[in-house]
Amino acid sequence: MLGWTTRSNQEEHKPGDKLQRRLAQNREAARKSRLRKKAYVQQLESSRLKLAQLEQELEKARHQGAYLGNASNSSRVGFSGTVNPEIAAFEMEYGHWVEEQHKQISELRKALQAHITDIELRILVENGLNHYNNLFRMKADAAKADVFYLISGKWRTSVERFFQWIGGFRPSELLNVLMSQLEPLTDQQHTNVCNLRQSSQQAEDALTQGIDKLQQTLSQSIAADVMGVGGYGQIDAMENLEALEGFVNQADHLRQQTLQHLSQILTMRQAARGLLALGEYFHRLRALSSLWAARPREPT
Amino acid sequence: MQYHQAEPWGYYVPMRTSMVSDPLEKVARLASESAVVVFSISSCCMCHAVKRLFCGMGVNPTVYELDHDPRGKEIEKALMRLLGNSTSVPVVFIGGKLIGAMERVMASHISGTLVPLLKEAGALWL
Repeated sequence: MLGWTTRSNQEEHKPGDKLQRRLAQNREAARKSRLRKKAYVQQLESSRLKLAQLEQELEKARHQGAYLGNASNSSRVGFSGTVNPEIAAFEMEYGHWVEEQHKQISELRKALQAHITDIELRILVENGLNHYNNLFRMKADAAKADVFYLISGKWRTSVERFFQWIGGFRPSELLNVLMSQLEPLTDQQHTNVCNLRQSSQQAEDALTQGIDKLQQTLSQSIAADVMGVGGYGQIDAMENLEALEGFVNQADHLRQQTLQHLSQILTMRQAARGLLALGEYFHRLRALSSLWAARPREPT
Repeated sequence: MQYHQAEPWGYYVPMRTSMVSDPLEKVARLASESAVVVFSISSCCMCHAVKRLFCGMGVNPTVYELDHDPRGKEIEKALMRLLGNSTSVPVVFIGGKLIGAMERVMASHISGTLVPLLKEAGALWL
């Protein structure tokens, strides 16, 4: 303002033009700023609505067991094939599984805040573990029906898929997520959890290397005499593909064993907290996927 | 009843020579000869995984590739009967004792019982 006054003193002879121009420029800049702000707020509002809509669609699609998936949060390029009724059933069951998971998490949270007995806590913990066992049972059936569907992670949200290892969560990563949440641990517990993490890491590495070998073997068998006219050993290739189901089953078995053994290392209360932390963690991955799908995008 | 020695078709005496011995006996013998024994097939990827598991732990297993054994098919069938599995391999023995297929080996590792077994058999130190 000081400079302004100085300038207007200096240019006393023609105050009108320059002053008027500057005032106009100022008004224009302010108007543009207001318009930009209004547009941004409107964009936020419509994103919020869109997010709510998408969440509703998601829930509806799960209830209807839409095998063809949710176009809003997945990019399925090149999906082909007929609808497999067992897979459609799995999708529906899985939707229910997630809903039940939400309920159990809420119950656990309330129970841990209230003063419930160890016996009541035990029931919640056993329910929680059984719930995961149900998931593994469902996945085993789905693997028999279509192992590629399972391993593609189409049935999961995008962020979960990003973290996926052989058709599901990575046990050692889970232990990393939980370890900080379970403090305080006794020295013995800490040692046991570290050993468990190392064992699962080693088992994961072994299965990963097995699957890599499977890929290599399959690729070699498909590439045999690729420029010739004789074709290749399709029967061998099919046998290779069958082996994939074994790996998915072993991976799920590893997940199940890790959860089981962890629950044995922990006290009842710690196990309850662990289940809560796990459930909440997966819920956040799913929610983040929805948020990502609903994010405002620049028109190209 | 009488049986002529010259015409032994009336009864059968099982011959305990290496030619017709029970394949499971061969399995048991091989299993007892090393600390860690893996029955495998060279093209089997799950067998590759179990071998990598042991190597990753610093264990050096003795591996028998059944597709390179003239009696491999027999042994495979015997292992399938022994474990009641639909796949014959991999099958793991530690200290001469049957541990099982991949699932049992991993379950044992997760529960913390595998390492003590390996130490007991002298396959792992420290």
